[in-house]
Amino acid sequence: MQVENMIVLNEFCSSHGIDISFVQSLEDNGLIEIIIVDQAMCITAEELPRLERIVRLHDELDINLEGIDVINYLLQRIEEMRQEIITLKNQLSFYREEDK
Amino acid sequence: MEFIDYYKVLGVDKNATQDDIKKAYRKLARKLHPDLNPNDKEAHKKFQQINEANEVLSDPEKRKKYDQYGKDWQHAEQFEQARQSQGQSQSFGRETFSGDFEESEFSDFFTSLFGNMGGGGFRQRQTKYRGEDYHAELQLNLSEAYKAHQQVLTVNGKNIRITIPAGIENGQKIKIKGHGGEGINGGPAGDLYITFHIINNTTFKRDGNDLYTTVDLDLYTAVLGGEVTIDTLDGKVKLKVKPETQNGTRIRLKGKGFPVYKKEGEFGDLIVTFQVKIPTHLTEKQKELFEQLAKLSS
Repeated sequence: MQVENMIVLNEFCSSHGIDISFVQSLEDNGLIEIIIVDQAMCITAEELPRLERIVRLHDELDINLEGIDVINYLLQRIEEMRQEIITLKNQLSFYREEDK
Repeated sequence: MEFIDYYKVLGVDKNATQDDIKKAYRKLARKLHPDLNPNDKEAHKKFQQINEANEVLSDPEKRKKYDQYGKDWQHAEQFEQARQSQGQSQSFGRETFSGDFEESEFSDFFTSLFGNMGGGGFRQRQTKYRGEDYHAELQLNLSEAYKAHQQVLTVNGKNIRITIPAGIENGQKIKIKGHGGEGINGGPAGDLYITFHIINNTTFKRDGNDLYTTVDLDLYTAVLGGEVTIDTLDGKVKLKVKPETQNGTRIRLKGKGFPVYKKEGEFGDLIVTFQVKIPTHLTEKQKELFEQLAKLSS
Protein backbone atom coordinates (compact mmCIF):
# COMPACT_ATOMS: atom_id res chain seq x y z
CA MET A 1 0.00 0.00 0.00
CA GLN A 2 1.43 3.38 -1.02
CA VAL A 3 1.34 5.80 1.91
CA GLU A 4 1.65 8.85 -0.35
CA ASN A 5 -1.79 8.15 -1.82
CA MET A 6 -3.38 7.96 1.61
CA ILE A 7 -4.98 10.56 3.83
CA VAL A 8 -4.23 10.01 7.50
CA LEU A 9 -7.53 10.36 9.33
CA ASN A 10 -6.04 11.83 12.51
CA GLU A 11 -4.69 14.72 10.46
CA PHE A 12 -7.93 15.08 8.55
CA CYS A 13 -9.95 15.16 11.77
CA SER A 14 -7.72 17.69 13.48
CA SER A 15 -7.72 20.02 10.47
CA HIS A 16 -11.52 19.79 10.18
CA GLY A 17 -12.07 19.94 13.94
CA ILE A 18 -14.02 16.71 14.06
CA ASP A 19 -13.77 13.75 16.37
CA ILE A 20 -12.18 10.56 15.06
CA SER A 21 -15.19 8.64 16.42
CA PHE A 22 -17.34 10.41 13.82
CA VAL A 23 -15.19 9.04 11.01
CA GLN A 24 -15.28 5.60 12.59
CA SER A 25 -19.07 5.77 12.72
CA LEU A 26 -19.03 6.55 8.99
CA GLU A 27 -17.16 3.32 8.40
CA ASP A 28 -19.54 1.42 10.69
CA ASN A 29 -22.39 2.67 8.51
CA GLY A 30 -20.58 1.70 5.32
CA LEU A 31 -20.15 5.28 4.15
CA ILE A 32 -16.37 5.18 3.83
CA GLU A 33 -13.68 2.54 3.87
CA ILE A 34 -10.86 2.96 6.37
CA ILE A 35 -7.51 1.37 5.56
CA ILE A 36 -4.80 0.79 8.17
CA VAL A 37 -1.34 1.81 6.96
CA ASP A 38 1.58 1.66 9.42
CA GLN A 39 -0.93 1.42 12.29
CA ALA A 40 -2.56 4.67 11.20
CA MET A 41 -6.17 4.91 10.01
CA CYS A 42 -6.28 6.25 6.48
CA ILE A 43 -8.55 6.70 3.51
CA THR A 44 -7.52 6.77 -0.11
CA ALA A 45 -7.00 10.18 -1.73
CA GLU A 46 -9.81 9.32 -4.17
CA GLU A 47 -12.20 9.06 -1.25
CA LEU A 48 -11.28 12.46 0.20
CA PRO A 49 -13.86 14.51 -1.78
CA ARG A 50 -16.55 12.03 -0.70
CA LEU A 51 -15.54 12.28 2.97
CA GLU A 52 -15.43 16.08 2.76
CA ARG A 53 -18.90 16.09 1.27
CA ILE A 54 -20.17 13.87 4.08
CA VAL A 55 -18.68 16.22 6.68
CA ARG A 56 -20.27 19.24 4.99
CA LEU A 57 -23.68 17.61 4.74
CA HIS A 58 -23.50 16.56 8.37
CA ASP A 59 -22.16 19.87 9.71
CA GLU A 60 -23.99 22.31 7.51
CA LEU A 61 -27.34 20.69 6.93
CA ASP A 62 -27.59 18.59 10.11
CA ILE A 63 -28.17 15.46 8.05
CA ASN A 64 -27.75 12.21 9.92
CA LEU A 65 -25.73 9.29 8.59
CA GLU A 66 -28.75 7.46 7.21
CA GLY A 67 -29.74 10.60 5.32
CA ILE A 68 -26.21 11.02 3.97
CA ASP A 69 -26.26 7.41 2.77
CA VAL A 70 -29.50 8.08 0.87
CA ILE A 71 -28.07 11.32 -0.60
CA ASN A 72 -24.90 9.53 -1.75
CA TYR A 73 -26.97 6.83 -3.39
CA LEU A 74 -29.24 9.33 -5.14
CA LEU A 75 -26.32 11.48 -6.32
CA GLN A 76 -24.71 8.36 -7.75
CA ARG A 77 -27.98 7.49 -9.51
CA ILE A 78 -28.18 11.04 -10.91
CA GLU A 79 -24.62 10.71 -12.26
CA GLU A 80 -25.43 7.32 -13.84
CA MET A 81 -28.55 8.77 -15.43
CA ARG A 82 -26.58 11.78 -16.67
CA GLN A 83 -24.15 9.38 -18.38
CA GLU A 84 -27.07 7.42 -19.83
CA ILE A 85 -28.65 10.62 -21.18
CA ILE A 86 -25.36 11.52 -22.92
CA THR A 87 -25.19 8.08 -24.54
CA LEU A 88 -28.84 8.23 -25.61
CA LYS A 89 -28.44 11.75 -27.00
CA ASN A 90 -25.45 10.60 -29.05
CA GLN A 91 -27.42 7.62 -30.35
CA LEU A 92 -30.39 9.84 -31.15
CA SER A 93 -28.24 12.22 -33.16
CA PHE A 94 -26.79 9.18 -34.98
CA TYR A 95 -30.25 7.99 -36.08
CA ARG A 96 -31.37 11.52 -36.91
CA GLU A 97 -28.36 11.86 -39.22
CA GLU A 98 -29.23 8.51 -40.78
CA ASP A 99 -32.77 9.68 -41.54
CA LYS A 100 -31.51 12.72 -43.44
CA MET B 1 -25.66 47.83 -8.03
CA GLU B 2 -29.19 47.23 -6.84
CA PHE B 3 -30.84 47.04 -3.47
CA ILE B 4 -31.28 43.41 -2.37
CA ASP B 5 -34.38 42.50 -0.42
CA TYR B 6 -32.93 39.89 1.94
CA TYR B 7 -36.37 39.16 3.40
CA LYS B 8 -37.61 38.29 -0.07
CA VAL B 9 -34.53 36.14 -0.72
CA LEU B 10 -35.35 34.04 2.35
CA GLY B 11 -39.10 34.29 1.76
CA VAL B 12 -39.84 35.71 5.21
CA ASP B 13 -41.84 38.65 6.50
CA LYS B 14 -40.11 41.84 7.68
CA ASN B 15 -41.33 41.04 11.18
CA ALA B 16 -39.91 37.51 11.09
CA THR B 17 -38.37 36.26 14.31
CA GLN B 18 -34.82 34.92 14.47
CA ASP B 19 -36.36 31.46 14.64
CA ASP B 20 -38.40 32.08 11.46
CA ILE B 21 -35.26 33.28 9.67
CA LYS B 22 -33.25 30.28 10.82
CA LYS B 23 -35.98 27.89 9.70
CA ALA B 24 -36.41 29.57 6.31
CA TYR B 25 -32.66 29.60 5.75
CA ARG B 26 -32.14 25.96 6.68
CA LYS B 27 -35.04 24.89 4.49
CA LEU B 28 -33.61 26.71 1.47
CA ALA B 29 -30.07 25.57 2.26
CA ARG B 30 -31.20 21.93 2.21
CA LYS B 31 -32.64 22.53 -1.23
CA LEU B 32 -29.83 24.62 -2.75
CA HIS B 33 -26.66 23.29 -1.09
CA PRO B 34 -23.92 22.86 -3.75
CA ASP B 35 -23.24 19.29 -2.64
CA LEU B 36 -26.82 18.40 -3.50
CA ASN B 37 -26.74 20.28 -6.79
CA PRO B 38 -23.46 19.36 -8.47
CA ASN B 39 -22.79 21.26 -11.72
CA ASP B 40 -25.80 23.51 -11.14
CA LYS B 41 -24.49 27.08 -11.33
CA GLU B 42 -27.95 28.56 -10.76
CA ALA B 43 -28.35 26.64 -7.48
CA HIS B 44 -24.84 27.68 -6.44
CA LYS B 45 -25.69 31.34 -7.11
CA LYS B 46 -28.95 31.11 -5.17
CA PHE B 47 -27.13 29.38 -2.30
CA GLN B 48 -24.75 32.33 -2.10
CA GLN B 49 -27.70 34.70 -2.06
CA ILE B 50 -29.44 32.92 0.83
CA ASN B 51 -26.12 32.74 2.69
CA GLU B 52 -25.72 36.46 2.31
CA ALA B 53 -29.32 37.11 3.38
CA ASN B 54 -28.82 34.88 6.40
CA GLU B 55 -25.52 36.58 7.23
CA VAL B 56 -27.40 39.85 7.52
CA LEU B 57 -30.76 38.85 8.96
CA SER B 58 -29.48 36.33 11.52
CA ASP B 59 -27.16 38.93 13.05
CA PRO B 60 -29.25 41.43 15.08
CA GLU B 61 -26.71 44.22 14.58
CA LYS B 62 -26.49 43.76 10.84
CA ARG B 63 -30.23 43.32 10.53
CA LYS B 64 -30.76 46.56 12.46
CA LYS B 65 -28.45 48.43 10.13
CA TYR B 66 -30.06 46.86 7.07
CA ASP B 67 -33.58 47.68 8.32
CA GLN B 68 -32.54 51.18 9.31
CA TYR B 69 -31.05 52.19 5.98
CA GLY B 70 -32.95 49.85 3.68
CA LYS B 71 -33.12 51.34 0.23
CA ASP B 72 -30.99 54.28 1.37
CA TRP B 73 -28.04 51.90 1.75
CA GLN B 74 -25.94 54.14 -0.51
CA HIS B 75 -25.92 56.75 2.22
CA ALA B 76 -25.37 54.31 5.07
CA GLU B 77 -21.68 55.08 5.43
CA GLN B 78 -22.31 58.83 5.49
CA PHE B 79 -24.95 58.38 8.17
CA GLU B 80 -22.59 56.17 10.15
CA GLN B 81 -19.76 58.67 9.99
CA ALA B 82 -22.09 61.42 11.11
CA ARG B 83 -23.28 59.30 14.02
CA GLN B 84 -19.76 58.32 15.02
CA SER B 85 -18.72 61.95 15.06
CA GLN B 86 -21.56 62.52 17.46
CA GLY B 87 -20.13 59.87 19.77
CA GLN B 88 -22.73 57.28 18.92
CA SER B 89 -20.51 54.76 17.23
CA GLN B 90 -21.57 51.16 17.16
CA SER B 91 -19.58 48.02 16.80
CA PHE B 92 -20.89 45.50 14.35
CA GLY B 93 -18.94 42.61 15.79
CA ARG B 94 -16.47 41.76 13.06
CA GLU B 95 -16.49 38.05 13.54
CA THR B 96 -14.08 35.94 11.60
CA PHE B 97 -15.79 33.16 9.74
CA SER B 98 -14.08 30.54 7.70
CA GLY B 99 -16.88 29.76 5.33
CA ASP B 100 -16.41 28.33 1.88
CA PHE B 101 -17.15 31.63 0.17
CA GLU B 102 -14.56 34.17 -0.63
CA GLU B 103 -15.24 37.78 0.20
CA SER B 104 -15.64 38.56 -3.47
CA GLU B 105 -18.61 36.21 -3.56
CA PHE B 106 -20.66 38.64 -1.51
CA SER B 107 -22.71 41.08 -3.54
CA ASP B 108 -21.54 44.65 -4.03
CA PHE B 109 -24.63 45.68 -2.10
CA PHE B 110 -23.50 43.65 0.94
CA THR B 111 -19.93 44.94 0.71
CA SER B 112 -21.04 48.56 0.46
CA LEU B 113 -23.27 48.20 3.50
CA PHE B 114 -21.11 46.05 5.74
CA GLY B 115 -17.66 46.16 4.22
CA ASN B 116 -15.52 43.10 3.69
CA MET B 117 -16.49 41.19 6.78
CA GLY B 118 -15.36 37.84 5.56
CA GLY B 119 -17.33 34.79 4.59
CA GLY B 120 -20.40 33.70 6.42
CA GLY B 121 -22.68 30.75 6.26
CA PHE B 122 -22.45 27.65 8.29
CA ARG B 123 -18.84 27.17 9.12
CA GLN B 124 -17.46 28.72 12.20
CA ARG B 125 -14.12 26.92 12.41
CA GLN B 126 -10.72 27.62 10.89
CA THR B 127 -10.85 24.41 8.91
CA LYS B 128 -9.11 23.45 5.72
CA TYR B 129 -11.36 23.03 2.74
CA ARG B 130 -10.77 21.75 -0.71
CA GLY B 131 -10.87 24.43 -3.39
CA GLU B 132 -13.74 24.91 -5.79
CA ASP B 133 -14.01 22.59 -8.77
CA TYR B 134 -13.75 24.34 -12.12
CA HIS B 135 -15.77 23.33 -15.15
CA ALA B 136 -14.73 23.95 -18.73
CA GLU B 137 -15.88 22.90 -22.17
CA LEU B 138 -13.67 21.85 -25.05
CA GLN B 139 -14.60 21.35 -28.68
CA LEU B 140 -12.85 18.65 -30.70
CA ASN B 141 -13.27 17.33 -34.21
CA LEU B 142 -14.09 13.64 -34.57
CA SER B 143 -10.82 13.13 -36.43
CA GLU B 144 -8.95 14.69 -33.48
CA ALA B 145 -10.79 12.48 -30.99
CA TYR B 146 -9.63 9.46 -32.99
CA LYS B 147 -6.08 9.82 -31.72
CA ALA B 148 -4.66 10.62 -28.28
CA HIS B 149 -3.17 14.05 -28.34
CA GLN B 150 -1.84 16.76 -26.09
CA GLN B 151 -3.45 20.13 -25.76
CA VAL B 152 -2.54 23.21 -23.76
CA LEU B 153 -5.44 24.87 -21.96
CA THR B 154 -5.38 28.22 -20.22
CA VAL B 155 -7.33 28.10 -16.98
CA ASN B 156 -7.34 31.19 -14.77
CA GLY B 157 -4.20 32.47 -16.46
CA LYS B 158 -2.30 29.22 -16.00
CA ASN B 159 -1.34 26.97 -18.88
CA ILE B 160 -2.15 23.32 -18.35
CA ARG B 161 -0.91 20.65 -20.70
CA ILE B 162 -3.37 17.79 -20.86
CA THR B 163 -3.38 14.52 -22.73
CA ILE B 164 -6.74 13.70 -24.23
CA PRO B 165 -7.04 9.94 -24.60
CA ALA B 166 -8.22 8.59 -27.95
CA GLY B 167 -11.86 7.58 -28.18
CA ILE B 168 -13.40 10.31 -26.06
CA GLU B 169 -17.17 10.49 -26.39
CA ASN B 170 -19.31 13.51 -27.17
CA GLY B 171 -20.50 14.95 -23.84
CA GLN B 172 -17.89 13.01 -21.85
CA LYS B 173 -16.36 14.72 -18.86
CA ILE B 174 -12.79 14.18 -17.66
CA LYS B 175 -11.26 15.26 -14.37
CA ILE B 176 -7.87 17.00 -14.13
CA LYS B 177 -6.89 16.60 -10.53
CA GLY B 178 -5.73 19.61 -8.56
CA HIS B 179 -6.30 22.21 -11.30
CA GLY B 180 -9.41 23.77 -9.78
CA GLY B 181 -9.59 26.63 -7.31
CA GLU B 182 -7.05 26.94 -4.54
CA GLY B 183 -7.88 25.33 -1.21
CA ILE B 184 -9.23 27.40 1.66
CA ASN B 185 -7.09 27.78 4.77
CA GLY B 186 -4.40 25.61 3.20
CA GLY B 187 -6.75 22.87 2.00
CA PRO B 188 -6.07 20.96 -1.22
CA ALA B 189 -6.92 22.51 -4.60
CA GLY B 190 -10.14 21.56 -6.36
CA ASP B 191 -10.29 19.70 -9.65
CA LEU B 192 -10.83 20.83 -13.20
CA TYR B 193 -13.63 19.10 -15.11
CA ILE B 194 -13.60 19.31 -18.90
CA THR B 195 -16.66 18.40 -20.93
CA PHE B 196 -15.95 17.50 -24.55
CA HIS B 197 -18.10 18.45 -27.50
CA ILE B 198 -17.22 16.36 -30.51
CA ILE B 199 -17.98 17.86 -33.92
CA ASN B 200 -18.23 15.37 -36.75
CA ASN B 201 -15.94 16.66 -39.52
CA THR B 202 -15.91 13.33 -41.37
CA THR B 203 -18.30 11.38 -43.58
CA PHE B 204 -18.48 8.64 -40.96
CA LYS B 205 -21.26 8.32 -38.41
CA ARG B 206 -20.33 7.26 -34.93
CA ASP B 207 -22.32 5.13 -32.52
CA GLY B 208 -20.20 4.47 -29.44
CA ASN B 209 -17.05 2.83 -30.76
CA ASP B 210 -18.53 1.76 -34.07
CA LEU B 211 -18.33 3.83 -37.22
CA TYR B 212 -20.76 3.68 -40.13
CA THR B 213 -20.17 4.56 -43.74
CA THR B 214 -21.93 4.14 -47.07
CA VAL B 215 -19.96 3.11 -50.15
CA ASP B 216 -21.19 3.40 -53.73
CA LEU B 217 -20.86 0.22 -55.72
CA ASP B 218 -21.19 0.09 -59.50
CA LEU B 219 -23.69 -2.40 -60.86
CA TYR B 220 -21.07 -4.55 -62.55
CA THR B 221 -18.97 -5.04 -59.41
CA ALA B 222 -22.16 -5.72 -57.43
CA VAL B 223 -23.23 -8.40 -59.90
CA LEU B 224 -19.88 -9.94 -60.79
CA GLY B 225 -17.92 -9.26 -57.60
CA GLY B 226 -14.59 -7.53 -57.35
CA GLU B 227 -12.63 -5.18 -55.17
CA VAL B 228 -13.25 -1.66 -53.89
CA THR B 229 -11.02 0.72 -51.97
CA ILE B 230 -12.70 2.46 -49.07
CA ASP B 231 -11.68 5.20 -46.65
CA THR B 232 -11.35 4.54 -42.94
CA LEU B 233 -10.21 7.01 -40.29
CA ASP B 234 -6.92 5.14 -40.37
CA GLY B 235 -6.39 5.32 -44.14
CA LYS B 236 -7.62 3.38 -47.14
CA VAL B 237 -8.39 -0.34 -47.16
CA LYS B 238 -9.18 -2.74 -49.99
CA LEU B 239 -12.36 -4.70 -49.69
CA LYS B 240 -13.47 -7.77 -51.61
CA VAL B 241 -17.01 -7.62 -52.95
CA LYS B 242 -18.83 -10.90 -53.34
CA PRO B 243 -20.59 -11.56 -56.62
CA GLU B 244 -24.35 -10.77 -56.54
CA THR B 245 -24.04 -8.29 -53.73
CA GLN B 246 -27.45 -6.70 -53.07
CA ASN B 247 -28.13 -2.99 -52.62
CA GLY B 248 -28.01 -2.10 -48.91
CA THR B 249 -25.77 -5.02 -47.98
CA ARG B 250 -23.87 -4.32 -44.78
CA ILE B 251 -20.47 -5.69 -43.95
CA ARG B 252 -18.61 -5.28 -40.69
CA LEU B 253 -14.89 -4.56 -40.68
CA LYS B 254 -13.61 -5.66 -37.28
CA GLY B 255 -11.32 -3.24 -35.53
CA LYS B 256 -11.63 -0.50 -38.15
CA GLY B 257 -13.92 1.67 -36.06
CA PHE B 258 -13.23 4.17 -33.29
CA PRO B 259 -10.65 3.52 -30.55
CA VAL B 260 -12.08 2.33 -27.24
CA TYR B 261 -11.53 5.01 -24.59
CA LYS B 262 -8.51 4.23 -22.40
CA LYS B 263 -8.13 0.73 -23.87
CA GLU B 264 -5.04 0.91 -26.00
CA GLY B 265 -5.13 -1.20 -29.13
CA GLU B 266 -8.88 -1.84 -28.88
CA PHE B 267 -11.14 -0.51 -31.59
CA GLY B 268 -14.79 -0.71 -32.52
CA ASP B 269 -15.93 -1.86 -35.94
CA LEU B 270 -16.56 -0.10 -39.22
CA ILE B 271 -19.91 -0.98 -40.74
CA VAL B 272 -20.00 -0.47 -44.49
CA THR B 273 -23.29 -0.24 -46.35
CA PHE B 274 -23.13 -0.82 -50.12
CA GLN B 275 -25.26 1.41 -52.27
CA VAL B 276 -25.50 -0.06 -55.73
CA LYS B 277 -25.52 2.58 -58.43
CA ILE B 278 -27.56 1.84 -61.54
CA PRO B 279 -25.70 3.02 -64.65
CA THR B 280 -27.16 5.99 -66.51
CA HIS B 281 -26.60 7.47 -70.01
CA LEU B 282 -26.39 4.00 -71.55
CA THR B 283 -25.08 3.65 -75.09
CA GLU B 284 -27.15 1.86 -77.72
CA LYS B 285 -24.85 -1.14 -77.40
CA GLN B 286 -25.26 -1.27 -73.62
CA LYS B 287 -29.04 -1.03 -73.92
CA GLU B 288 -28.98 -3.87 -76.43
CA LEU B 289 -26.96 -6.03 -74.07
CA PHE B 290 -29.29 -5.30 -71.15
CA GLU B 291 -32.25 -6.25 -73.33
CA GLN B 292 -30.52 -9.52 -74.12
CA LEU B 293 -29.97 -10.09 -70.42
CA ALA B 294 -33.60 -9.33 -69.72
CA LYS B 295 -34.70 -11.84 -72.33
CA LEU B 296 -32.40 -14.48 -70.86
CA SER B 297 -33.81 -13.84 -67.39
CA SER B 298 -37.48 -14.01 -68.37
